[in-house]
Amino acid sequence: METKTKTAGDQTQTKSLHISGAEAVVRCLLAEGSDIIYGYPGGAIMPIYDELYKFQDQLHHVLTRHEQGATHAAQGFARTSGKVGVAMATSGPGATNLVTGIADAQIDSTPMVCITGQVASHLLGSDAFQETDIIGISTPVTKWNYQITKASEIPEIMAKAFYIARSGRPGPVLIDITKDAQFETFDFIYKKCTGIRSYSPYPELSSADLKQALKLIDQAKNPMVVWGQGVILGNAEEEFKIFLEKSGIPAAWTILGLSALPTDHPSNRGMVGMHGNYAPNLLTNQCDLLIAIGMRFDDRVTGDLNTYAKQAKIIHLELDPAEVNKNVHADVALLSDCKISLRELNKHIKTKTYPEWIARFDALDKIEYEKVIESDLFPKKEGLTMGESVEMINKYSNNDAVIVTDVGQHQMVACRYAKFSQSKSNVTSGGLGTMGFALPAAIGAKMGAPHREVVAVIGDGGYQMTIQELGTIFQQQVAVKIVVLNNDFLGMVRQWQQLFFDKRYASTEMVNPDFVTIAQGFRIKGKRVEKREELDAAVKEMMASKKPYFLEVCVEKEDNVFPMIPTGASVSDIRLE
Amino acid sequence: MENTIYTISVYAENNIGLLNRISAIFLKRHINLESFSTSASEIPDVFRFVIVVHSDAERVRKIVQQIEKQVDVIKAFYHTDEETIFQENALYKVKSSSLFEERHIQNIIKSSHATIVTVSPEFFVIEKTGFREETEQLRKDLAPYGLLQFVRSGRISVTKAKMGISDILNSFKNNN
Repeated sequence: METKTKTAGDQTQTKSLHISGAEAVVRCLLAEGSDIIYGYPGGAIMPIYDELYKFQDQLHHVLTRHEQGATHAAQGFARTSGKVGVAMATSGPGATNLVTGIADAQIDSTPMVCITGQVASHLLGSDAFQETDIIGISTPVTKWNYQITKASEIPEIMAKAFYIARSGRPGPVLIDITKDAQFETFDFIYKKCTGIRSYSPYPELSSADLKQALKLIDQAKNPMVVWGQGVILGNAEEEFKIFLEKSGIPAAWTILGLSALPTDHPSNRGMVGMHGNYAPNLLTNQCDLLIAIGMRFDDRVTGDLNTYAKQAKIIHLELDPAEVNKNVHADVALLSDCKISLRELNKHIKTKTYPEWIARFDALDKIEYEKVIESDLFPKKEGLTMGESVEMINKYSNNDAVIVTDVGQHQMVACRYAKFSQSKSNVTSGGLGTMGFALPAAIGAKMGAPHREVVAVIGDGGYQMTIQELGTIFQQQVAVKIVVLNNDFLGMVRQWQQLFFDKRYASTEMVNPDFVTIAQGFRIKGKRVEKREELDAAVKEMMASKKPYFLEVCVEKEDNVFPMIPTGASVSDIRLE
Repeated sequence: MENTIYTISVYAENNIGLLNRISAIFLKRHINLESFSTSASEIPDVFRFVIVVHSDAERVRKIVQQIEKQVDVIKAFYHTDEETIFQENALYKVKSSSLFEERHIQNIIKSSHATIVTVSPEFFVIEKTGFREETEQLRKDLAPYGLLQFVRSGRISVTKAKMGISDILNSFKNNN
């Protein structure tokens, strides 16, 4: 293997240590800069946990209440810290419980290393107790995976795992380690991985393409930008801001791109996609140039591809070659880390303004405000809205909290109305749409950004999928603020049933428990708000708390999220009611 | 877009699990494979997969992008039949009595340019290398005489154009 991977000489440990594979795993984690990991022990991973016990002053292990929680916490940690999240589990059910989080990290490009214990190598394939083929199971949802059966493989494979997880387009890596390899002793030397011959994570920007892109930008009369998480993953927020300010081009975000640009930045024109804003969705089909930056034209963004931005030239800034021309044909693809391509564009881009084009955004914004936003944020009806709850969080967080969301109506509302002033502040499950993501992700998000306020906004459905993580929050005293927007429904499914299935509410009504009592059972302070006049004080008290805090807001049961592009419809068929 | 036969060539590390990873790319898209074969390549330590699919150009391009994205894959290509030289190999096991009793069978073997690999008192084995239609024709011709066993390999192919894998590997070596 030595010929195939490149390792850094300066990080070479000169003297070898004769240690067990289990201790080597812990030393590898430390060498990669991990200080917090999430997991759940069990038979096949006990030797590693025994070493974690010995190294507990250097490596903090967070015991979640379910392995799925460990993966989401590791994701939350990665999303706010920019570091690689680490989750650990035993073989069999421990390993299979990781799968949802791994799939979520894969589709949302989150750097994560999962370590699973495995039955001893002589038992492989014998259907031993808690044996499962986690390599086979995780293959389609990992960037890379590997089964270690000898202790001597550990340093190189662990180094590769971290390198692959964080480089290029990030993603999850799973390393499965047999129990005998954990016990086996060997001479340990650690070298960081700096290259793999079959893997080129950073394609080189072509100057011809760059020239072509500049030409298209120069010729455009009505250009617009749609950006995604690539801007955040590439640490390109500054270059991106300069690009927008210099070029004068209005920009809209995909759900994972949210927070890369402050909400109040004049170039920020809101969200695209199914529940995105009216103006950027409609004008996608009226612009003459669409500049896609670090986004992948997901179907929830594009709607019907046959009618998506057909009139426009497309420039696609993208790091992953497999995303170019996958869903939407790019007239010019700038295949590179967007930090580099934006920096190059900024060197040559002309300073411009597009007053008439911007006025069209303003006019459509006004329509959306009157038809949707005003009644969401300042309702005159009796029932509380999700929108006003989010607006209240903005008020007491000074638009500066990390907002963690689950999946469904509350997610769309929170992403539409939460205000951000810094990057890496939006943690949500975008591509996979994993209900149950938010509560454990909030744990990791807070640990990844301990000095920031972290507010998890969750629906009553998703909350109950991973509600046991309240135990983790209490045990670790993670000062997250949990807001459950309770409409006693699986709201988004109910909305679709109302609109497309003649109000046949099949299995979407929830008879819910007393959430405040449950929080209190976990010794977390909790409050319920049922009336508008209670909301302000409750949110104020929650945000002032230095400890974990639970707030249930009982919202209108049958509110819908608008605007909406029905599945398969064109972005220009966006509905306001 | 029109469906046709494409040959996908993959140069990769010989790592356990890569076969599964590549076949998962087809599984995810509900695509059946016409054939799949693996072997050593012209470069030491580098493995080669040859995969044949019936697909359209757009789809096969996207699949090859996904294959090439895999960490252990060095490079992947796709080609039409005109761009490659390809063969399949087939074995036919026939009762020995047929060979001796039926004169016609000897003519079939001769005219098809097949070779006899093994002869035993009970059976003999014929080998034929060629295009699908040729090995298929021989199977049909031999069927009336009692074909005891028949097997055909996956397609193996080389391209008319240069592959440039050594250049990729050398540039990694030089840059690191």
